[in-house]
Order: sequence, then C-alpha cells, then structure tokens
Amino acid sequence: MFETIRTAVSSLWANKMRSMLTMLGVVIGVGAVIAMVAIGNGASRQMEGVIAGMGVNMIVLRPGAPNAGGVRQSAGSGGTLTLDDVRAIEEECWSIKNVAPQVNTSSQLIFENRNWPSQVIGTTPGFFDIREFQVQNGRLLDKEDERGAAKTAVIGETVARELFGNLDPVGRSIRIKNIPFEVVGVLAPKGQSAMGQDQDDTVIVPITTAQRRLVRSAFANSVNMAFVQAKDVSMMESAITEMRALLRQRHRLPLGKEDDFDLRNMTQMLDSMAQTTRVMSLLLGSVASISLLVGGIGIMNIMLVSVTERTREIGIRMAIGARAGDIRTQFLLEALLLSLAGGAVGILLGFAASLGVTEFLKWPTSVSGGAIALAAGFSCFVGIFFGLYPAWKASLLRPIDALRFE
Amino acid sequence: MAALIEVKDLVKTYRSGDSELRALDGVSFAIERGEFVAIMGPSGSGKSTTMNMLGCLDSPTEGVYMLDGKDVSNLSGDELARIRNVTLGFVFQGFNLLPRLDALGNVALPLVYAGVEPKERAARAMRALGKVGLGSRVKHRPSQLSGGQQQRVAIARALVGDAPLILADEPTGNLDTKTSEEIMGLLAQINEEGKTVILVTHEPDIAGYASRVLRFKDGKLVEDKKQTPKRGERHV
Repeated sequence: MFETIRTAVSSLWANKMRSMLTMLGVVIGVGAVIAMVAIGNGASRQMEGVIAGMGVNMIVLRPGAPNAGGVRQSAGSGGTLTLDDVRAIEEECWSIKNVAPQVNTSSQLIFENRNWPSQVIGTTPGFFDIREFQVQNGRLLDKEDERGAAKTAVIGETVARELFGNLDPVGRSIRIKNIPFEVVGVLAPKGQSAMGQDQDDTVIVPITTAQRRLVRSAFANSVNMAFVQAKDVSMMESAITEMRALLRQRHRLPLGKEDDFDLRNMTQMLDSMAQTTRVMSLLLGSVASISLLVGGIGIMNIMLVSVTERTREIGIRMAIGARAGDIRTQFLLEALLLSLAGGAVGILLGFAASLGVTEFLKWPTSVSGGAIALAAGFSCFVGIFFGLYPAWKASLLRPIDALRFE
Repeated sequence: MAALIEVKDLVKTYRSGDSELRALDGVSFAIERGEFVAIMGPSGSGKSTTMNMLGCLDSPTEGVYMLDGKDVSNLSGDELARIRNVTLGFVFQGFNLLPRLDALGNVALPLVYAGVEPKERAARAMRALGKVGLGSRVKHRPSQLSGGQQQRVAIARALVGDAPLILADEPTGNLDTKTSEEIMGLLAQINEEGKTVILVTHEPDIAGYASRVLRFKDGKLVEDKKQTPKRGERHV
C-alpha cells in the first residue's frame, strides 16, 4: 500500500503543473464551502447573540391593527393597549417577571444654542432592566419620577455628545418639544443594534410625562408597545396564555373575535432568523458544491488523459506481473490523492478567506468542524467517484495492446 | 518431468474489418528445461505472436499451451498476471523500463507485485543488479544509462523473481554490435546457470548463441534444429 502511495505521489509530482491545475477545482470548491459556511455561521451566531442579549424570555406586546369599517389601520394606531392594561399584566400575570411599556415619539432636542433630533422613549423603570441599560453618570429614572410625571430625562451617549460636547449633562436642562426636562443621568454606551440602529441615540423619560406632555394622542393613556419578560424561558408559553386571557377579558372581546393586540415571542423571531440563515447557508453551500463537482470532472478528465498517456507504463507493469486490480488501485489512488491534496489546500484557503472577511469586511465568521469534515469527505468522494472510471478503464487494457501502444 | 513448454496446434487469428489474418497456423513444439532457443523468421512470420503467447501476454485463438505442466490457454487475467510475475522474465527490444524509477526501483518492481517486503526487495534487486554488472549504478535513472546498461537493468528485472523462463524479444535490436555481444554473452551465461532462455531475433549472428533454432514462415514452424552454441565472452 505504501509503495502504491509512493508511486502515485511520484507520478503526480512528475506533472507538477498539471496536478496543481487539476487540484485547483477542488481547492476552490472546498475553500468556497468552508468560507461560505463560516460566513453563514458567523451571521447566525451574531443574530443569536443579539437576541439572546435581549433575552430569550422576552415577549413583545403590541396593540393590534384596528379595523375601521373594513379598512385596517396600521398596528399600534388604535390605542387598544393602555398603560392600565400593562399595569394589570404586571400585577395579575403570574409567569411574568418584568414589564416595560413604551410610548415612542421623536423630537428635536435643544440645549442652549445646540439642537439634535432623537427618539424619545417614555417608559417605566423596568425598561432599564429588560433592555439592560446601565447608567454611566448620574441616575436612572425611578418610581418617583413615574408617579409624579416628573420632567426628568436620561440620555444616551450620542445625545450627550451632540448636545453637550465636553460638558457634564447631569443637572442641566434640555428642551423636548419646548418643554424643559432635567437630565438626571447618562446611559452607558451600547453601540449599534442588530438592525444597525444607534442604541445610544435616545432620550428616556417617565411614561406618564410622555403621555401627558409629549404625545398628543387621541387615545390618552395608550402605549405603543411593551416588552414583557417571562420569569423563565420555560414560562414563555404560560406567560403568553395568561396575558392573552387577561387582555381579552379587559378588552371585552367576545369569543370568536380576533385579538386586538399582538403577542410575539422572541424565540419565534430567533427561529425565523435561524431559518433564514439556514436557507442562506444551503444556497451558498450548493453553489460551492457545484464548483466541487466541476473540480471532480476536471480530475476525471486529467486522469483519462493520464491513462492514455501512460498506456505503455501500464503495459510494462502488467507484463511483469501487475494484476488489473493493482493498476486500478494505482490510478484510483492518484485521483484520490489529487482531490485530498486539493481538499487540504482548500481548507486552508477557506480558513484564510474567512479570516480575511472578518478582517476586512468586519463580518463575523466561524469556521465549523462540521464544514471541514464535510469538505474533506466530499473531496474524498469526488476523488473516488471521478477516479473510478479512468482507473477501471486502465485496468481493462490488455497487456499486449498496452505494450504495443506508441 | 514434463517439458517446460509444450504447445500443440497453436492458432492465432487477427480480425481486421472483414478480412481475417492467420498469424499462427497450427504450431506445435516443446521446449525442455535449460534449453537456449532462438525463434527466427522474417517479419510477419508469426515469431512475435508466438513469443506473446509464450509470455502469456496474449491468448491463442485455438490450441493448447502447457507451461510447467499447467494449461494456461484459458486462465483468467489475474492468474496470467501471477504467471508473468513468478514464472516468466521479460527482456524487450525497447528495454521497457519505467523512466521515473531508478535502476533499483525498476528491478524491484516485479517483487512489489509479488508482495515481497521492501527490505528483501531491495536486497534481491541489488543482487540481481550485481549479477548483470551494474552494482554501482543502482541509483541511476534509465535516461542516465546507455542502451546496453538499460538492457542489463531489464535483464536484472527478469532475473529478480527467480523465474525459470526468460523471454527475450529482439533484446539486441536497439544496440550496436559490441553491446549486442555483451548482452548475448550475459544471456548465454544465465542459460548456463540453469535458466531456460527463449530469444526472438532475425539476426543469424545473435541466433548463433542458442543451442536450438525454431524457424517460422507464414505462421508455420518450418524448421527445428539443434546447433552448437557460440561461446559468449564472459562479462561478469
């Protein structure tokens, strides 16, 4: 066996250029598989990380789309979800740990002679827990602020930088929709969200203040959405059931009528994202597989040429005692070595490509052992599958014809 | 003991298109152990075809070929390969060495297919090369050797498996007169040491080394005569 491997290596080595070009197809195919899967994995891992960061036990509650005489309005515009609903959930739903209702608006913020547009979120103190916001300077909003509808605000770092420059914002006053608010704290930076939003470009005020002074809604007391945190991932389902029952009861929805609110599970979002990246990986993988296939055909082509070229060698070997099986093994092994060497180089290339993508495009990548095993296995298979026919053809030669071949 | 080779009514026909060529037309002869036989005849007489049959490289259309007491006319490809490996040693006109292997590698090759261990292979190949006077050239590739030296390597390859029968097909066809004499001397010596040698040639000079001449014409054996062999010069 060792002898046969040495023979195969030496005959491949004798045609270095040709062997290298033949391997190229497999190199590119395997490299592409590894790099593609690494990019796909990296992307889905990042998604998972972001969503897990938001908490897998998170449920998003939104008002439903109202139906005004058959015309459906956009979700959240009907004012069907109120602060009282949220309070009721907080008090009555057993599976829930934390609730943070939100009233969203956007406004030009003004400090002295500077101004900056930003989103303003009116919410309750639970918000900071749920979204994992921390304060870097000053304090967060508390129950007192909420109860008294205080004109206090916590600002994100981007807002602090744009409005205050080097000044310390804590204790200073900014104007939101011409109403002066006192800045009581600056949030620790969180950077961009998975959707590319700057999470530090925000102002947070008590929900009561936002409802009374900032949002002129026809539906007083309505909220845009609420983040609900279940006590545990295993309690997601019961939390949703409890909330649905409570809200239907509070909204007096008769049996058979649609919910006028929308409960969405973060794990569902996670699943759908995973689904997307799976499809993506599959697509990229199949493109890469096609190039592996083309590489395999290249190997077969070259092996066929090689068999013809070495007919005389085959004849000599047969004349001194090589059996058909020996000849077959020899050529099969050459094809296998070609594709394995191509596979090995391809794995290195795929690694390098993944590193390059991370380095220069800043995309996260993750080279998986599975992808490497897959690529190695596939190149093995390509070698055997496409080497079989030429090897078989070589072994069928009759010694006398092979010896006479010029 | 039975004759080493016994052929009876050997027929070989080649078909090309509609016409049929009868390359061998009912040939019978026997060759005893230790003989040095020259097969002679003009081109197309059937001497090369006979040689291919004897070498188990081709099988006869009709007739029986008994080699070492065994009928080999209807053996499978693998069984024939085994016979070529163990019982026969070939020496060709064009040397037929593998260009990428050095002399040692070429000589050891039959032992690879015989399944001999690498260490023993090398030792036996060295001995065979020493026997043909190339003990100092074992690492040379065929392209680095002269024609005569290449043919010596080929002879060493035929000897390495210790086969009882050496088949030489025009072994001096590509060599000059002096080298031809050296090679023939070597073959004569191998014959003296007990091997049966069968030689195909069309040169009477070369055939003179043999102790028996089979002459072919038009696919038939036309003459079978014993002769006193020319004494080869010793070169080893």
